Amino acid sequence: MIVLAAEGSAIDALGQFRLGHGLGEVGGAVNFTNSNEIMLIAGALILGLLYFGMKPRAIVPGRLQALAEYFYEFIYNMCLDQIGEEGKRFFPFIFTLFTFILMGNLLGLFPYFFTFTSHLMVTGALAILVIVLVTLVALRIHGLHFFTYFFPAGAPKLLAPLIIPIEILSYLSRPVSLSIRLFANMTAGHVMFEVFASFMLMLAGALGALGYAMALGPLVLNVALMGFELLVAFLQAYVFAILTCIYLHDAVHLH
Amino acid sequence: MGEDRAGGDGGRGAASFETRLAAARSRQGLDRPETSSGPAEVPANALALGLRVGVELASALAVAVAIGYGLDRWLHTRPLFLAAFVLLGGAAGMLNVWRLVGPRAARGRR
Repeated sequence: MIVLAAEGSAIDALGQFRLGHGLGEVGGAVNFTNSNEIMLIAGALILGLLYFGMKPRAIVPGRLQALAEYFYEFIYNMCLDQIGEEGKRFFPFIFTLFTFILMGNLLGLFPYFFTFTSHLMVTGALAILVIVLVTLVALRIHGLHFFTYFFPAGAPKLLAPLIIPIEILSYLSRPVSLSIRLFANMTAGHVMFEVFASFMLMLAGALGALGYAMALGPLVLNVALMGFELLVAFLQAYVFAILTCIYLHDAVHLH
Repeated sequence: MGEDRAGGDGGRGAASFETRLAAARSRQGLDRPETSSGPAEVPANALALGLRVGVELASALAVAVAIGYGLDRWLHTRPLFLAAFVLLGGAAGMLNVWRLVGPRAARGRR
């Protein structure tokens, strides 16, 4: 009993982020991870929502169609508001990005599901994709004129050796902050879940009947945390999408 | 509802219906107040803003340290570039934060 309690007292808060194999034997053979598995599910859910949601083509939408239409209009308006008229061209990209991250965040909240947005590799790849696209768009539209972006008009020429490196570093820090923000938010939330849940087991295991009563505390906290994490899941997907829009706006309009 | 109907005399016309609908909607708080039509802000409650500021500061510094360290390794000039880029990275982090929380004019580019 004491050994059990001692073993249980080590909180393995990061074990939930360990990559495993998905799809059984086949997945193991080709290194198909549980993270990839959830990515596929997320993609399938989005496509399913759009396909089955829009299938009735009703003028007065049902629930599923209303949800699909709401997502569409939400992102469409975000593109128009943030980027301007050119935003329509980037709508498919932003929509994919937003729904993929949102589904990843939301699916991660279910028990036994893996949160792929809690891996810096995933968010980093998404952020690099964004920043490469933004840079290419800027180069395509403005050509070499793009490099004036790194030197604000009207700044004294003498300060150029100082301003230009700082502006370039600021530009290069965008994908880093973009990816770390999403990754840190998701990881922190799930670690808190794990820690509070472990408290419950430890209290119940160590203190008997009194422990069961006290375990209600962390349970209530976890319920509240679940609500908060739902908010964070939406918020972080939104923040990722809107920052991408803001960067695209800069790329399209320069200053 | 009752006093509304009593107020509009012969109130079956379209205009009166619209006004009553608007009144009812605003009473129930269904209409969202008009928000300022500038570029939408990233929603900033204190916790999210605090986290963002920290991330902006740290990420600029991390990029700068990585570049400085890489240049030093390449040119065998340790710690020259590292020292220079730590300072520049700190400044770039400050610039990021300034764009995030500074006055409107400074936020033109983010």
